[in-house]
Amino acid sequence: MRMLALHLGVLAVLAAAQFLLPAYHHTNAARIMVLAVYAIGYNIAFGYTGLLSLGHALFFAAGMYATGLLVDRGGEPWLALLAGLVAGGAVAGAVGLLALRTAGPAFMIVTLMFAQAFHLAILYWGGFTGGDEGFTLSGAARRLGPLDLADPTTRYFVALALVSVAMLGTLALVRSRLGRVLVAVRENEERTRMLGYDTFRAKLLALMLSGLASGAAGSTYGLMFGYVGGSFAAIQYSILPLIWVLMGGAGTVLGPLLGTALMFYLIDLSSSVTTASQAVVGAALIGLILFAPRGILGTLRERGLRGLP
Amino acid sequence: MTRALTLPLSRRSVLAGGAALAATTSLPRFVQAQSAQPIRLGFQLHRTGIGAAYGRWYERTALAALKVVNEAGGISGRPVEILFEDDATDPRRGAEVVEKLATQAGVDLIFGPLFSHVVIGSAPRAAELKIPYLVCSEGYHVASGKLNRWVLQPGITDVRAQVTAMAPWVTQNLGRKVTMIFPDYAFGHDHRDFFSAAVEAQGGEVVARIAIPPTETSFTRYFPRIPRDTEVLYHVMVGPAVLSFVKELGEFYGTGPRPQIFGFIDSLEAVDIASPGLQFLEGSHFWEGQCRMLQPDASDAERFYRAAVGVDDAGAAVEDPRNVSCYGHMFSVWETLFAIKQGMEACNWRGPQDRQAFVEAVEAITDMPAGRERPQGAKVFNARLHQAFGHQFITKLDGGRLVKVHETRIEDSLYDSDVDYTAMPF
Amino acid sequence: MEFGPFLLLALMEGLVGAAVLALTASGLSLVFGVMRVVNVAHGEFFMLGAVAAWFVSQWVPGPPAVAFAVALVVCPLIVAALAALADLAILKRLKHEPEATIVATIGLLYILQQAALTVYGPEARPVPAPFEMRLQLPWFGWSGYKLFVIGAAAAVLLGLWLMLTRTRAGLVMRATQIDRETATAFGIDVTRVHAGTFALGAALAAVAAVLIVPIQQAHYLMGGDPLLLSFIVVIIGGLGSLRGTLLAALLIGLSDGVISTFFQPTLAKIVATLLVALVLVFRPQGLFGARA
Repeated sequence: MRMLALHLGVLAVLAAAQFLLPAYHHTNAARIMVLAVYAIGYNIAFGYTGLLSLGHALFFAAGMYATGLLVDRGGEPWLALLAGLVAGGAVAGAVGLLALRTAGPAFMIVTLMFAQAFHLAILYWGGFTGGDEGFTLSGAARRLGPLDLADPTTRYFVALALVSVAMLGTLALVRSRLGRVLVAVRENEERTRMLGYDTFRAKLLALMLSGLASGAAGSTYGLMFGYVGGSFAAIQYSILPLIWVLMGGAGTVLGPLLGTALMFYLIDLSSSVTTASQAVVGAALIGLILFAPRGILGTLRERGLRGLP
Repeated sequence: MTRALTLPLSRRSVLAGGAALAATTSLPRFVQAQSAQPIRLGFQLHRTGIGAAYGRWYERTALAALKVVNEAGGISGRPVEILFEDDATDPRRGAEVVEKLATQAGVDLIFGPLFSHVVIGSAPRAAELKIPYLVCSEGYHVASGKLNRWVLQPGITDVRAQVTAMAPWVTQNLGRKVTMIFPDYAFGHDHRDFFSAAVEAQGGEVVARIAIPPTETSFTRYFPRIPRDTEVLYHVMVGPAVLSFVKELGEFYGTGPRPQIFGFIDSLEAVDIASPGLQFLEGSHFWEGQCRMLQPDASDAERFYRAAVGVDDAGAAVEDPRNVSCYGHMFSVWETLFAIKQGMEACNWRGPQDRQAFVEAVEAITDMPAGRERPQGAKVFNARLHQAFGHQFITKLDGGRLVKVHETRIEDSLYDSDVDYTAMPF
Repeated sequence: MEFGPFLLLALMEGLVGAAVLALTASGLSLVFGVMRVVNVAHGEFFMLGAVAAWFVSQWVPGPPAVAFAVALVVCPLIVAALAALADLAILKRLKHEPEATIVATIGLLYILQQAALTVYGPEARPVPAPFEMRLQLPWFGWSGYKLFVIGAAAAVLLGLWLMLTRTRAGLVMRATQIDRETATAFGIDVTRVHAGTFALGAALAAVAAVLIVPIQQAHYLMGGDPLLLSFIVVIIGGLGSLRGTLLAALLIGLSDGVISTFFQPTLAKIVATLLVALVLVFRPQGLFGARA
């Protein structure tokens, strides 16, 4: 109960921040919340189930392109958004059916290869997808019924709603039977199977939920900021959620949000103080991980906050 | 944030600079400068990422132009500052940088990006923030009508215009059967589509189109695809792999017969043409946005620009001949800053409240005569396409020097289009 | 061009790719095998090797062959020293825990890239080949230096194999790989072994880079592709199996050379990428790994 209150408290602070943040940080917060949904999705597979994927950009981009291509061709934005969610989940399911036959490093490579193939396909069929340049979405394409996503306040609340659903959803998942099976798979898959659980099914479900959240993030990111492009399908976008989750704390509900925000401002602030900003980011990553090898919240959990989900 | 240059303008330096430039600038206005707030321009800079080689020279050119502008009294008598912010040559960060410059730093407008995906990724946010966004890019994206009313390109011509202007010369002087080698993504596809069309309009024929996958580092295996009857090999390779490309081409053909070669200087920007392995390019032709090596008939304006940026006659930094510039593109930064000055002065710029008036003022520009503001040459601004059209240069590598053999006319680069930004809402 | 010569060219090109890939990947394979860490910065060690070779070519006077020979010795040593330092200062403290190591080596990647950008610059710079020789075959010309690359890579790999199988250092490394605790019990200084392995892995990447840089060129972002390809090769070959890594490098290098010669190149890359994924799906232990 205390933990539920903590998470609701974080969301309440985010809701209140809407009225306090200066313009610049206001938009940043909206960006961070949507990207955090991506990280939360990644965390379901990686943090709770132990599936280290290097191909999540595929799910993010699947959502983004499904939605983007549909609205660009005059589709109804609501339906397109739905299509983005479905695309993220379905692609993750399809990849999972094949990739989950493997584990560990082989799983990393299989997911990486599927994502690379998709990225190349986007470039190759550039006439259809816009290729590496991508395409912009018109104002009409970004209107979800009464919600105009080009409007800062609306955008902020849609992002907040999305991250709330994702966060509370993870919280519910972690406390559900499935969630406990997932953690059991992470800790010892062999034993979990011996106990009679269908671990393949559990992992597939986890990956699909993960893909669903990633697709939702990609889809909304495209609609909110009006751009769909091939760079979102590149390998960097598979690595980013891994970094965010590891920094915040893998297998914690709040970790992905914290990690995403931290990394965002690390880059933003370091580029303000020096032209060698990459070195600052690199040093900060190393420093953080030396100080908190399980991520910030993961390390806090080890050092006292035992109940942190 | 890196503050590039804050100029507490002293009356003397203004006078000295102003006297030197009296012919081209609005000297009388400097009197107001004494009390005016500086005009602050944001620069979206490819400092890191794949565009870094360009970014370094774009920054240098911007600073040189800024110095000239300020020494001549600034804009409407107000001093000018530029704030540079790194976009990592990434579209997402690009949009964030637009945000940062506009809402946190509070700049008056933003300019400077080259890479197409950064431009396209940032344009929607610029429109939402209603801030003018002046790009120094050459992809076919502003003129194609894909973007919005706030995006302007007054400093350089797009790739469609470039190849349209040059195709006649290529087919008439080098050959009619062309094989194209290009990177397999949007920039390469623009070349493929528009150059093919232009060659066919001239009665020539593209006999093969060889698309090279992105991130390829070795090319020899693609050369057997070049048909034997090829008369002209047209190459546009972007990225660090171009040296391998040329070297391997040289090894493949050796001293035997080879087709004529026509390439885009994009491949060799920031690369020393005398690098080991590039000897094979001797005798081949290039498109250049502006001639890297000083030509005997160069205008005074160009010599002035070259000296101001600190580029020697061979196109390298004066302090380090190994540091070769992106001369074929970076003039666009200089000219864009002067277009900003022209637009701001035309709309009597007071502050951000005049952003829409500024866009309309730039749209009202038509003639852009050659001069120190435009060292690359005269241009015509097409308000409907939001883009300037200018001259293109064809040079030949002769004894290790890039020698100009042809200059296209502005009319050569024009094409039909029904895009009209001026009819779009703000 | 006729089919025969075309195939020959494709195979020769593929062999060069395979040779360099084998060197880079064997470095990653060692680190992966002995230390159980994914070194995300491996590609940056490759890049540093190439960048260092450029500096050597600028500083060492005389014919290019001299500078090249110096670079071939000095660059791997510098990179190895840097890697050993990184291991002792950072990775050791993380106890080589896989997840923390990923973050740390990503951090290292950022720092090394920035260092190269700041000190060396964003340009691509060529390094002269030690000798210029062009082989004229009846159908096409080819670089004689590329033959040398294949030979040199083979020699280094042979040396590596001898070191691992015939020397005490190799024995110690293999022992640590098989069972870290028992190795410690037998008085092996695991800390030193780890630092040494990490250094050796980085040095192999640097050697590969020095060899390739006269064909390609040094650029601060050149490390990405070698990292990905090596990673794929190591897994396809079967974790911890050096022999598997070498065979996989040969397979991937050659098939890349051949496939992209005969089909639409980008389409071929898409298909080849999916094939690699499918191979692993149906043989998760890799082509040459023992079933776990």
